[in-house]
Amino acid sequence: MPLLSVDELTVTFGGRGRTPSTAVDGVSFTVDQGQVVGLVGESGCGKSVTSLALMGLLPRKGVTIGGRAVFDGEDLLAMGPKKLRDMRGSKLAMIFQDPLSSLNPVIPIGVQVTEILERHRGLKGEAARKEAAHLLDRVGIPDPRRRLKEYPHQLSGGMRQRALIAMAVACAPRLLIADEPTTALDVTIQAQILELLKELVDQEGTALLMITHDLGVVAGLCDQVNVLYAGKAVETAGRRELFAHPTHPYAHGLLGSIPRLDAPRGEPLNPIRGSINDKIAWADGCAFAPRCDFYTMECLTGTPQLTEPRTEGHRVRCVNPVLPEAPAEEVPA
Amino acid sequence: MSTKTDKIDRLAELTQANETTTGASLWREAFRRLKNSKMAVIGAAVIALFVVVAIVGPWLAPHTPTAQTWRGEVFANQGKFVGARGENWFGLDHLGRDMFSRMLVGARQTLLVGVVSMLIGLVVGALIGMLSGAAATLGGRTGRRVDTVVMRFIDILLSLPSLLLAVSIAAVMGQSLTTVMIAVGVVQIPVFARLLRGSMLSQGGSDYVLAAKALGVRRKRIVLTQILPNSLSPVIVQATLSLATAIIEAAALSYLGLGNPDPAVPEWGVMLAQAQRFFDNAPMMAVYPAVGIIVTALGFTLLGEAMREALDPKLRG
Amino acid sequence: MSLLELDGVKVHFPVKRGLLFDRTVGHVYAVDGVSLKVEAGQTYGLVGESGCGKTTLGRAVLRLVDVTDGEVVFDGTDLAKLPEEEMRKFRRRLQMVFQDPLGSLNPRQNIESILSEGMLAHGIGANQEERREKIKAILQRVGLPSNALSRYPHEFSGGQRQRIGIARALVLEPDVIICDEPVSALDVSIQAQVVNLLEELQEQLGLTYLVIAHDLAVVRHISDVIGVMYLGSLVEEAPSDALYAAPKHPYTKALMSAVPVPDPEVEDRRERILLHGDLPSPANPPAGCRFHTRCPWAQPRCGQERPVLTDVGDGHKVACHFAAEIESGDLPLTRPTGVEAVVGTAASTEESAGEPPQGDAKTV
Repeated sequence: MPLLSVDELTVTFGGRGRTPSTAVDGVSFTVDQGQVVGLVGESGCGKSVTSLALMGLLPRKGVTIGGRAVFDGEDLLAMGPKKLRDMRGSKLAMIFQDPLSSLNPVIPIGVQVTEILERHRGLKGEAARKEAAHLLDRVGIPDPRRRLKEYPHQLSGGMRQRALIAMAVACAPRLLIADEPTTALDVTIQAQILELLKELVDQEGTALLMITHDLGVVAGLCDQVNVLYAGKAVETAGRRELFAHPTHPYAHGLLGSIPRLDAPRGEPLNPIRGSINDKIAWADGCAFAPRCDFYTMECLTGTPQLTEPRTEGHRVRCVNPVLPEAPAEEVPA
Repeated sequence: MSTKTDKIDRLAELTQANETTTGASLWREAFRRLKNSKMAVIGAAVIALFVVVAIVGPWLAPHTPTAQTWRGEVFANQGKFVGARGENWFGLDHLGRDMFSRMLVGARQTLLVGVVSMLIGLVVGALIGMLSGAAATLGGRTGRRVDTVVMRFIDILLSLPSLLLAVSIAAVMGQSLTTVMIAVGVVQIPVFARLLRGSMLSQGGSDYVLAAKALGVRRKRIVLTQILPNSLSPVIVQATLSLATAIIEAAALSYLGLGNPDPAVPEWGVMLAQAQRFFDNAPMMAVYPAVGIIVTALGFTLLGEAMREALDPKLRG
Repeated sequence: MSLLELDGVKVHFPVKRGLLFDRTVGHVYAVDGVSLKVEAGQTYGLVGESGCGKTTLGRAVLRLVDVTDGEVVFDGTDLAKLPEEEMRKFRRRLQMVFQDPLGSLNPRQNIESILSEGMLAHGIGANQEERREKIKAILQRVGLPSNALSRYPHEFSGGQRQRIGIARALVLEPDVIICDEPVSALDVSIQAQVVNLLEELQEQLGLTYLVIAHDLAVVRHISDVIGVMYLGSLVEEAPSDALYAAPKHPYTKALMSAVPVPDPEVEDRRERILLHGDLPSPANPPAGCRFHTRCPWAQPRCGQERPVLTDVGDGHKVACHFAAEIESGDLPLTRPTGVEAVVGTAASTEESAGEPPQGDAKTV
């Protein structure tokens, strides 16, 4: 049984006087124990809203959440706020993109870490401080005793993200949700943080749900990858399978459009045309159709279903997937 | 017909729903949001009513507001007053004048005080703020010094208690409606100056100003076409809100006896001030002008708050 | 002679404090002696992480920030010493594309007005009709519909806005365009569109680019020559392919190895050089080689003597005392580069105790 099983999660925003907009439109995926699962997509694909919904961090007013998210035998979406608060930090923890705004600016780092230890692990006084110092050291913050007394603004971006990771892993959570944890960081610092996350997952057996727009990050870290587009998962596969055989035209196009540091130079890139604004409602057909080179009339009649056109476990939501036998060109008239 | 054109047609049809409106400026969008705001509509309705009364009030008034027609029925020193009745809807004041007529005629003075003093504050304050802001953002080292000096002066103005400042001005200029307007207006100057300067300073650091500099646009033009239009929103909101404060402050000054001493021109603030002496026996004499001032001020505040929301760039889109 | 030559450019920002009038209490050494040459019709890529001074350098070329010292020679004229009005006129020939496509467009001007602004400033076009025709032609060139004229920036998507930013630069028919992170604010699928557009325009119009970016893959794709900046100065400069094939400066090596590649096979095989700690503050840069506090090969000499950028052959320049030794493998590592660099061990605590604090974690 998977550790987390998200089933047809939908999130609709619709405040007063506003037309409701669906940010997440039936997303299903699973995370196994100790597995690293990636949710990849561009802005507006619903990846961050998914993570916030799982953590119960969406505002209660004006938001409708549907579907199920069974974590360790219990539905996170049906859980009461108090139970969810206990769950967060102990069994479930989250790391955000902007470490500065997720730390309380007027409280020293040490107090913020020991608070979690007191609340969820019942450690007190010197024992809590000792454990906090150990945690900071664990995530590679030099001179942890001194750092415990410092305030968030005294730390650099990379150090802040480490402190946040230390807080997240303080109670040995079973699942860690990381929402673009390295996007705000420089690439050498990103490498440090990714290496640290990888090491934590290996050593502690924590499952990691990695939310990112960076396919490079996914390629180095995730076991299983879900590609999201306009609120739906369009392709799900193991890491090697996905990067070797991207089958949905979106994933295929995305991988083809990225300049690679190790590829020969001098050839123009193959961009995907249009923008995320050029979409149609999933109910009418494939949201990606307006930007797709392969779309046909079938793409414009009803939601395409997930199929496994290539190998088992490699699910693709497309009527005309990119397959080796079907050459990549438009279907003739 | 080929399937190719069919599918293109079908796609066009499905994407049409997403077409956004075109060519709407931010001002127009803000106005559209304003129209949809209940707060703005109520505020605007109150203000409209007030303005109409202020304009046509003197013609609507059933009696002459200054004529002591019923002086034989009111004996203020004996505590004998006349309340609301068929002939005098709001009753009579301490000199036997019709309160309803006085309220109608007084609205004009109140509006005049509010608008003129707000304009004094707005025009002078915005001018100082604009010069200071322009000097600080694009004037180089000299500009920054000019700005520092001007702003310290404004700080001094701001640190004086506004009522004290108004009283001092009134003391110098004597007791008149003009005094009230100038006193209330001067108090508003530092508010507008600081607001516009601050807004210009934050806009001055934005990327599009840098982009205009990179284009080679002249400094004067950058201030006028780039920085200023984007800095005006908070000033517009403040102008609306300060109409409310101006009316209340003018009433306060009148209440303190610094207002127009001319009994021929009724004004709500003066009326309120006069009514206090008879509050025990004729509370309604104070209630009418007080409610008038409060409701009008509320109207301006509601509109101002609604405008703040409508003009907020964070709600754009 | 090169079209654009920077010689010993320094930009120091004074740190000021004071009640009524400000006193200078220190300097931020944002750019600290950079010399480079940009050839006509070519693309010079400037890479580095945040705080390395690359954006400031780009702005210094256009004199959007004051140049403290050094020369910025464009087509034979030293821009650094030009009077303000002369410089303003020169800006027609040197244009800029900004990182934030929405923030760099005035939200209250429509597209026609935004694109006319530069032409008005330089007296291009006799009347608005003439200017409008020109704008229409440029809009078509950058792939925007002509009905865009009367619309406002917020009505476009991110990619379209960046096209507007490019069009704004193009209407002035500049020789050089400085692109400051031209694609980093855009979605991945849109980045390729804008990169391709920039390349097409260069081919058609013979433009010269100075591209400033942190994304090495993008920079490598469009640049002919790449300069790597660290803490205000260039540490390495080389033709694009040469730099990728054989980075010589330890910082470049680390930077290259840190860029994630969207290919699991590559990711699993590659050897990362993880750096210790963070970028030191540019207000208090380390003595000697700026990189010695994080360099895995740091030697005692590095802390005392600042290396200069020297040509090691084929236009490959590097500022490192020990580049040759590192390349031949004769120099042993003085700091771990693997996972030990990021996970707390007794070693890391020891080291931080042994070394004087650099104040590196203090953000400015």
